[in-house]
Amino acid sequence: MEFLNFLNQEPFRFLLAFGVVLFLTLNLAAILVMGERKVAGYIQLRYGPNRVGPRGLLQPLADIIKLFTKENISPGKADLWIFLGAPIAMFIPVAAVWLVIPFAPGAVVADINVAILFFVAVTSIGALGVIMAGYGSRSNFSLLGALRGAAQMISYEVPLILSLLGVVMLTGSLSLVDVVNAQGGGFWNWYVVLQFPMFIVFYISALAETKRVPFDLPEGESEIVGGYMIEYSGMTWGLIQAAEFAGMGLMSGISVTLFLGGWQPPLEFLDLGQFNWVWFGIKTALIMFTFQWIRWSLPRLRMDQLMDLGWKVMVPLTLVWLVITAAAMLVF
Amino acid sequence: MTLGLLQQEMAYGTVYLYVGIFMLLIVGFVATVLVLARLIAPSRSSKTKDQTYETGESTVTDPWRPFPVRYYVFALTFLIFDVEALFLFPWAVIYQGLGLYGFVQMLIFVTILSLGLVYEWKKGALKWV
Repeated sequence: MEFLNFLNQEPFRFLLAFGVVLFLTLNLAAILVMGERKVAGYIQLRYGPNRVGPRGLLQPLADIIKLFTKENISPGKADLWIFLGAPIAMFIPVAAVWLVIPFAPGAVVADINVAILFFVAVTSIGALGVIMAGYGSRSNFSLLGALRGAAQMISYEVPLILSLLGVVMLTGSLSLVDVVNAQGGGFWNWYVVLQFPMFIVFYISALAETKRVPFDLPEGESEIVGGYMIEYSGMTWGLIQAAEFAGMGLMSGISVTLFLGGWQPPLEFLDLGQFNWVWFGIKTALIMFTFQWIRWSLPRLRMDQLMDLGWKVMVPLTLVWLVITAAAMLVF
Repeated sequence: MTLGLLQQEMAYGTVYLYVGIFMLLIVGFVATVLVLARLIAPSRSSKTKDQTYETGESTVTDPWRPFPVRYYVFALTFLIFDVEALFLFPWAVIYQGLGLYGFVQMLIFVTILSLGLVYEWKKGALKWV
């Protein structure tokens, strides 16, 4: 490994990190699109895509080629800068947050000491992207979708943030590296045990933040025919879709890091050293599968039910649980 | 060879500088993809194609007019709770060493905010019309 040491110098390390994170984000999006269709197929007792390559595994590649060669139509009345800025604004958070997630012991791109705050702050940019897409298209449907999306995303951000407080209190640090290190020694030390209600709250909020079923009202393809992304086509649409799927992967990764022990093995003797990213991958994949499972099993909520669930159930629950956690830490 | 690429021990702010540059690079990447798609894809625009989509009908109304922003109150509440979280995070970090004093302080803080939420609830401001 000595000859690789030149890679350890500053510009190389940075470029390497950039490449790795971008590669991860894009691949995650491609694999998840594929996985989504396969899971949908098997849940509905059919095969899903199975023509391109072995068992249809090259389908994402075909999709990308198709999207690249499709015409990018933008409505004549649209504000082109806002319209084209939306995919960019959606893509920043899903790629940038991977910087602070530890994949294995010592393998984290940017070990900043306010990583949780960084995650919370950067994911808010996604809501901006939705509003930009809806407003810039200058279409009634997309504006309706954007208004719903904005209301939903800011509403569910509150329980999302407040559900993290218990983890922060138990760890005593905002760094995700410390959070993962504090969960070592077996699966009973994972925060999902002590903070189980908050894990559920976080999970539901993550579903809403990524606009997945049953919270996919901003898209609502059966009522507002695609919502904020109605006017997009070709690669602009592809980028929005990629950002959404990568966002789902990101939320799975974050919930694994915060509540399911990150790269920590479930039992002590299963420790793989540097290769503990395998555990991170397995857990993240499982969470992503549950996202897709829910998508193909549940119907969509109504808008008022959605807001009620957010403000009248989850926010009070997080506040009560905050007090319970604080009191429990005082007693024990 | 350490795998940690940008570590905490670096000069304060350097990491954030890198994260900032990183975000700019992502913007550049997405913009490149958009430009590339523009170059590869055919572009034959026509008057009909440029129209706004409205389920096949010709567009009647322009959405760029005053519209009721129904989530205004939600946005305000969101702002309050977001700032609350911002105050609670530093508290949560050092809570282990604070003891009863810190607990009571937090209790007062959260109670005031919860009263606000209850008031809003009873006034019907949290109702989506």
